[in-house]
Amino acid sequence: MSVDALDDTLVNENGARRGSRATKVFLKSPRTIIGAVVLVVIVLAAVFADVIAPYPPNEQNLRARLTPPSAEHWLGTDHFGRDVLSRIIHGGRVSLQVGFLSVGIALLIGGVMGVVAGFYGGWLDTAISGFVDVLLALPAFLLALAIVAALGPSLINVMIAVGVANVPQFARITRSAVLQVAEIDFVTAAQALGSRDRRVMFKHIVPNALGPVIVQVTLSLAGAILAAAGLSFLGLGAQPPTPEWGSMLNSARPYIRDAHWSVTFPGIAIMVTVLALNMVGDGLRDALDPRSAD
Amino acid sequence: MLQYILRRILLLIPILLGVSVIVFGIMYLTPGDPAILMLGENAPEAELEAIRERFGFNEPPHVQYGLWVSRVVQGDLGRSIRSGRPVTSEVAARLPATAELAILATLLAIAVGVPLGVVSALRPNTPVDHVATVMAFGGLAMPVFWQGLMMILIFSVWVNWLPPSGRLDHWSYYIMPTITLGTSAIAAITRMTRSTMLETLSQDYVRTARSKGVSPRSITYKHALRNALIPVVTVIGLQFGALLSGAVITETIFSWPGIGRLAVDAIRSKDFPVVQGVVMVFAVLYAVVNLFTDVLYVYLDPRLKARYV
Repeated sequence: MSVDALDDTLVNENGARRGSRATKVFLKSPRTIIGAVVLVVIVLAAVFADVIAPYPPNEQNLRARLTPPSAEHWLGTDHFGRDVLSRIIHGGRVSLQVGFLSVGIALLIGGVMGVVAGFYGGWLDTAISGFVDVLLALPAFLLALAIVAALGPSLINVMIAVGVANVPQFARITRSAVLQVAEIDFVTAAQALGSRDRRVMFKHIVPNALGPVIVQVTLSLAGAILAAAGLSFLGLGAQPPTPEWGSMLNSARPYIRDAHWSVTFPGIAIMVTVLALNMVGDGLRDALDPRSAD
Repeated sequence: MLQYILRRILLLIPILLGVSVIVFGIMYLTPGDPAILMLGENAPEAELEAIRERFGFNEPPHVQYGLWVSRVVQGDLGRSIRSGRPVTSEVAARLPATAELAILATLLAIAVGVPLGVVSALRPNTPVDHVATVMAFGGLAMPVFWQGLMMILIFSVWVNWLPPSGRLDHWSYYIMPTITLGTSAIAAITRMTRSTMLETLSQDYVRTARSKGVSPRSITYKHALRNALIPVVTVIGLQFGALLSGAVITETIFSWPGIGRLAVDAIRSKDFPVVQGVVMVFAVLYAVVNLFTDVLYVYLDPRLKARYV
């Protein structure tokens, strides 16, 4: 048997054992399942927004300004007579995109930093960890705020800012996950068998270190959606007429006395999405982190 | 103990220097000529050049950073482009309002979060526990800005009990901003207290105390809670970062004259020296509070005390 074939047996055995236990734990918690179902509904609504939304998100009907919820407009209309429900459904698309892209940026940069620091150690580790410590000295939202202040208000800049602000968390979690896995026998075995660095890194260490990283992705998605909505609420993110939840709240704010529904419902949409992501994140943590499950 | 504190303070220096490089770097990379930002687009070239010369904008970045950081160390954060006043005095004038709000929110979070977490842990999987868990999950998921607006809607617009914004010399102005800012910290502290309390209650020494016939009250408060609260101290420190971030939004909603609102106003008017100054002040505050909680943690935990002190 060649070194790589022997090595593949190690990879497969470990993966199968991990997978079945995690699925069992994940499916055991009703809270996680509720979160997952809600999340699927939100994602489907965002994907099929054009089909589901009763009106185009930016269609104005000035004769129907600030009308309360009715059979025609289930969640009422805003100060331009736009349908609040349609804007919330389309807003989900924007918020999820912002969440995924900014967490993607954080995962890519932070993940590479963490794997390199954890795997190679030495001066690389010292330099990367020092940089991460400095970034962690600033609360993530403030770091994002400073970056947006410099780049200028726009949705893309918010994604970059929130992404960069989340880099240190991913770098730290990936690094410690890699360090833990690197100590385990099968990695030492693979190294002893003569596997190359890159093979050990991508076939053994990265898949085994994925658990904590997946949990962090879910929880960071919630944080990123909240942060992006917060920046848009401050007028620094999505600009009108983009139907983004935070900017919807910001522009509806002056009308809170006369049309509270244009403020109430976008906020509920944010809260339900974040809640669902946190519930799934918690469930994943129990499933993928054997220590917390035992 | 003093040696440990000094060592931790010394460790802060490289971190804060690193933060200053990042804050300076972010603002340095901002597109646009800072001299034009300060004087306006129609300013004569000679005046623009004078400003560039005076503030060192023509110098290479590392020299500019050196000039900036040497002024910052002396307490000079530059001048506001908008008002022309020193950033230090703008920040100093507004810091008390933010500090007041942050301290009140922290106290509220501890006063509600710890008892709720304890009750939850003492009766796990009962209705009380479920209600506390739902509240904690809700508190963590609720956007600060939405919660603030909803409170204004209910308590100012609908029932007219509390003033919607401002900070006058009356307790009623403090209620909504404090609750808005403190909610996510309440949630975080409740969850942390619950889990550390559950863990502590399952420890051997608690079982020993029970078998010796120590009263349940004494077990809860003397044996378990004291130990369970140690990790909660760290959460309180970390929550302070969330409080600072929350202050930016809370102060904007309630027209609270603190440094969070100062930052947002400065960003909107591209007043970069103020943005830089406020972010640095936030970083220092966050670092100091975390230093304080780290020291407190070591002080409270005899095992750590023995190792470090």
